[in-house]
Amino acid sequence: MPRTIIPFGPQHPVLPEPVHLDLVVEDEKVVAARPSIGFIHRGLEKLVEKKDYVEFVYVAERICGICSFIHCQTYCQAIESLMNVAVPPRALYLRTVWGELSRIHSHLLWLGLMADAMGFESLFMHSWRVREKVLDVVEATAGGRVIFGSCKIGGVRRDIDAECIKQTIADLDSIEREIATITKVFLSDRSVKARLSGVGVLSRKGAYDLGCVGPTLRASGVAQDMRTLGYAAFKDLDLAPITRTEGDSYARCAVRCDELLQSARLIRQALAKIPAGEVAVKVTGNPTGEIIARTEQPRGEVVYFIKANGTKNLQRFRIRTPTFANLPAMLQLLQGCDLADVPVLLLTIDPCISCTER
Amino acid sequence: MAYLEMSRLALKWAMKRPPTTRYPFRPRHPIAGSRGQLDLDRATCVYCTACAKKCPTGALFVNRLKKTLAIDRLRCISCGYCVEICPKGSLKLTTSHGTPAITRDREF
Amino acid sequence: MTAEANIEIVTPDALLEKVRALRDQGYRLVQIGAARLPESMELTYSFDLENRLANLRLNLPLDQPRLPSISSIYKCVLLYENEIHDLFGIQVDGMAVDFHGNLYKTAIKHPFATLKAPRVTAAAEPKPSGPPKSAGPPKPATT
Repeated sequence: MPRTIIPFGPQHPVLPEPVHLDLVVEDEKVVAARPSIGFIHRGLEKLVEKKDYVEFVYVAERICGICSFIHCQTYCQAIESLMNVAVPPRALYLRTVWGELSRIHSHLLWLGLMADAMGFESLFMHSWRVREKVLDVVEATAGGRVIFGSCKIGGVRRDIDAECIKQTIADLDSIEREIATITKVFLSDRSVKARLSGVGVLSRKGAYDLGCVGPTLRASGVAQDMRTLGYAAFKDLDLAPITRTEGDSYARCAVRCDELLQSARLIRQALAKIPAGEVAVKVTGNPTGEIIARTEQPRGEVVYFIKANGTKNLQRFRIRTPTFANLPAMLQLLQGCDLADVPVLLLTIDPCISCTER
Repeated sequence: MAYLEMSRLALKWAMKRPPTTRYPFRPRHPIAGSRGQLDLDRATCVYCTACAKKCPTGALFVNRLKKTLAIDRLRCISCGYCVEICPKGSLKLTTSHGTPAITRDREF
Repeated sequence: MTAEANIEIVTPDALLEKVRALRDQGYRLVQIGAARLPESMELTYSFDLENRLANLRLNLPLDQPRLPSISSIYKCVLLYENEIHDLFGIQVDGMAVDFHGNLYKTAIKHPFATLKAPRVTAAAEPKPSGPPKSAGPPKPATT
């Protein structure tokens, strides 16, 4: 049977960020997919030679727009561990709250794109409308909508007072009600189920061996969530990883929709338990040594490997982002699928290409 | 069942006013505490160059001898580091974003 | 958050057996990171089992660094090995999926292999072909 090569991307309506795939197609069935990345490669890892480790907080935030706060938080955590800085508990709780708000806005963005990829445009607009409310909450507490700018080495840069906390919880109630409605409509819709169930099945062993992380792994039955490591305030909060066993695209979508509601509950718990105190400590000196720091981004486990040698510039800064680990699984899933399933499969692993190619 | 749920939602939203505002024709109410454009107060500035040294993008240019203070608006990321460091409090972050810049001049 | 980095130093010849032993215990591959140090090229392989990290460390000489590929043991390693080849110039033998240097399209080959970031000069940049651009709006006077 003759084969055709169809280029997918870098510009495509369903892709949030540019990635290029050459799809080798035999009469509407995809036989192989060859990726080609490098459209957003900015060489950020090499920038450590020019920017000192304090300025690099701003660069770490801007690696990606959707996962920005947790990049900054992981960087600050890694440097604080290297320099043995004791971050005050109130700052840890505030970082947890902002991290979970970042997870809610990222999953709402993903939900909108997923619905749009299937043609369900009204759900796309509704979920982004609710996302605007979340971004308003973030702007009122942190100062910026997408790039929060509130984390620094030694703590956080601003505090949330008691009245603002009450307002945040009230806003969160209305946001949570709308999220519950939207996710129920999405997951119970017959056409959505027809397009997602049974498509792109990853078995438990297959997902683990291919190195998947995040909701992609949890939807195949492995309860792996880096928040159980207990960083920031997660050791005091009640958290259980959400898993499903089917491993198909519907399961991956359902895991993310359930995580939206779980994050709202975690924020409420954290704001109820937040201790009083200061929000930052002063940090002087330079870091030495090496460390591997891991946190849970909306897309999975992110690994920061930092080497420092006592000068104010770091020696090596290496990030392994979750989409980098999920890409081989995606390439495996694309083999043997229909051409019309390609955008749906691409979005079920929630690709964030600007993180992948820092 | 899901069909009835969706029709109920569709009807509800067809009756409501649209939730979007026609910005910039209608102004957006700024949220207090949001980080917008930097406001320079040249009357209280003592040209100590602390802000220019701390700026992560190099958007501020201070000349102590000639007593000039300039900012490249296109480089400023509104991080607020200069606001924290200024000993005289002459830098403030306003909540508006100002007019868009089209040339790369420094603003003196 | 931060796992105690227990690092085991290995040589490139012993790499495959160590990785196979970790794989048989059930570890999954977390990352392969390369670092250009002043005297050598240092590689760190990290594996994880139930939130515990195990790391393998290799030191390669700077001129013509070579490594065996572990793609026979872990199928998912294709992106990591192609990345360290494209960015650092480390030759990896026996990759199951080999992009031959085309995974990352950078203006300079192996940009991370030198300690100081190389500058892209006007002579080195590829010249764009096509019709010449017409004169744009007049340039403002620079201060």
